[in-house]
Amino acid sequence: MMSTVVFAENLVKRYRELSAVNGINFSVNPQECFGFLGPNGAGKTSTMRMIYGFSPVTSGRLMVLGKDVMKEMREIKTRLGVVPQEDNLDPDLKVLQNLIVYARYFDIPKSISWARAKESLELFQLWERREAAIRELSGGMKRRLMIARALINQPQLLVLDEPTTGLDPQARHLVWQKLRLLKSQGVTMLITTHYMEEAAQLCDRLVLMDKGKIIAEGTPAELIEKHVGRDVLELRLRDGAKTLVKEQLAQLSASSEEAGDTLYVYTDDGRRLHSQLKLSSVDRVLLRTATLEDVFLKLAGHALQE
Amino acid sequence: MQLPMTRVTYRAIRVWQRDLDTFLRLWKTESWWPTIEPLLYLSSLGFGLGVYITRLSNGLSFLEFIAPAFVATTAMFAASFECMFSSFVRMEFQRTFDAILATPLTIEEVIAGEILWGMTRGVFAAVSVLFVISLFGLVHSPWALLTPLVAVVEGLMFASVAMIITAIVPAIDAFNYYITLGITPMFLFSAVFFPLDRLPQIAQTIAWVSPLTHAVYVQRSLILGQISWNLVWSVLWIAFLALIAFNVSLVLMRRRLIK
Ligand SMILES: Nc1ncnc2c1ncn2[C@@H]1O[C@H](COP(=O)(O)OP(=O)(O)OP(=O)(O)O)[C@@H](O)[C@H]1O
Ligand SMILES: [Mg+2]
Repeated sequence: MMSTVVFAENLVKRYRELSAVNGINFSVNPQECFGFLGPNGAGKTSTMRMIYGFSPVTSGRLMVLGKDVMKEMREIKTRLGVVPQEDNLDPDLKVLQNLIVYARYFDIPKSISWARAKESLELFQLWERREAAIRELSGGMKRRLMIARALINQPQLLVLDEPTTGLDPQARHLVWQKLRLLKSQGVTMLITTHYMEEAAQLCDRLVLMDKGKIIAEGTPAELIEKHVGRDVLELRLRDGAKTLVKEQLAQLSASSEEAGDTLYVYTDDGRRLHSQLKLSSVDRVLLRTATLEDVFLKLAGHALQE
Repeated sequence: MQLPMTRVTYRAIRVWQRDLDTFLRLWKTESWWPTIEPLLYLSSLGFGLGVYITRLSNGLSFLEFIAPAFVATTAMFAASFECMFSSFVRMEFQRTFDAILATPLTIEEVIAGEILWGMTRGVFAAVSVLFVISLFGLVHSPWALLTPLVAVVEGLMFASVAMIITAIVPAIDAFNYYITLGITPMFLFSAVFFPLDRLPQIAQTIAWVSPLTHAVYVQRSLILGQISWNLVWSVLWIAFLALIAFNVSLVLMRRRLIK
């Protein structure tokens, strides 16, 4: 049995002078869904691209499916399914043909690929559109077709770079369901996303990246507990009240984060903190349970303000 | 040192098949133009200009002289244009190469597949011109059956050179430089329209470096049945250039696309 599906040690990616990935370490276990979160330009896509062999590793060590990406990339790619961030369906081919031709790059004979393509197109509700040209599809349909295409070789590892960007809520749930099913069948997954709900729904573990580094790591629950606490108070304050409230928060040593016009206050007991703050009735207050989004805003928010 | 072409396996065929599939879908709009253009030239030059030039010094009619050359020129145009404009569109606008690179294929195999396809377009074009001129009784020898083989070598060569250009152009307009400074002069000075002995000595020497001169010479000789060992040397020269251009294009494409 293979112990680690992806193993990265001091992984670095540089484009000329720019360091996109700055010495990261992580390992992904079999059948795990492993997430990469982080603001735009954090280095998520660069990391993914090294894993699926599109970009050469600048330095460090990267093992995928037990093989070294610098030596045995072809063997790795045979067992990999990739959904890149940008759609690159073949516009010269129709929907069904896209899958058949893609399968042929893996030396999958048409009799097999046809059956797989049919199953997958039906699942992603594209079978009706199998003879459509790519340009006739909506953005979300293209995205679904990208995912269907990535499954054509029955991969052991799926690399999904923002797989559900542009999908409507129903289609997104459909994709999540399919991904969970694949996971239960033994497929390992790497996923980047800007939807915190998606990360919470799918990921067993995740890392938060910023400026090419990993700044936090853990299960969604661990991350929330460690960095935010149980509750969040969202305050939209009247003009001039901000400094006052911030002073009170400092006295109560509650941590907070400002994003746009909203002040997010993190605490283990939101009700109590609310009663301790001197607020006026014009201030808008929302008390809710903490989510991954709060972790993201707190950790990556700092970085963005610098 | 290892030649880049040694990294190409049978998998390049998968890319060739992909291009063939899309061609067959669009063939009604795509496949006729390589034949039409030489036909236009032949009718204009043969019937128009040919009237003024009844016999050439070598005893051939003007039409008999120029028609076989178009078997060579049309292959050059078809292979070059395929690996310039069409490959560029697939690479830059359609991101087709990126998509294929996530499958077991390597960049060298993708490019080799594209070049093989460019060559195929060249052979298709050469064969259709051969067919058309044979209808006009302009094919004099059964040696003409070898012309598709020569078109294979010639097509590989021009497709590879075109791929080098594609690997270095910043944008699609830049192909005009190669067309104006490369393709057009070759077309005009490679013994297509007149025997090379009409040129000054120095120009003749330069013209014999041009691979098109050799392709025209071989195809014309085969079609007219003028067989000699020199034909082999000419084909070898084109093959040698093809070998170099093919490897250079693989290196440059890797440099362009892998970041
Ligand atoms: N091909 C490239 N050449 C040069 N720089 C690049 C290239 N690709 C990415 N970069 C740079 O590398 C850094 C990381 O980019 P990357 O695409 O990995 O970010 P990301 O985390 O995926 O962001 P996003 O959430 O916007 O997709 C950015 O500064 C980007 O400008
Ligand atoms: Mg990205």
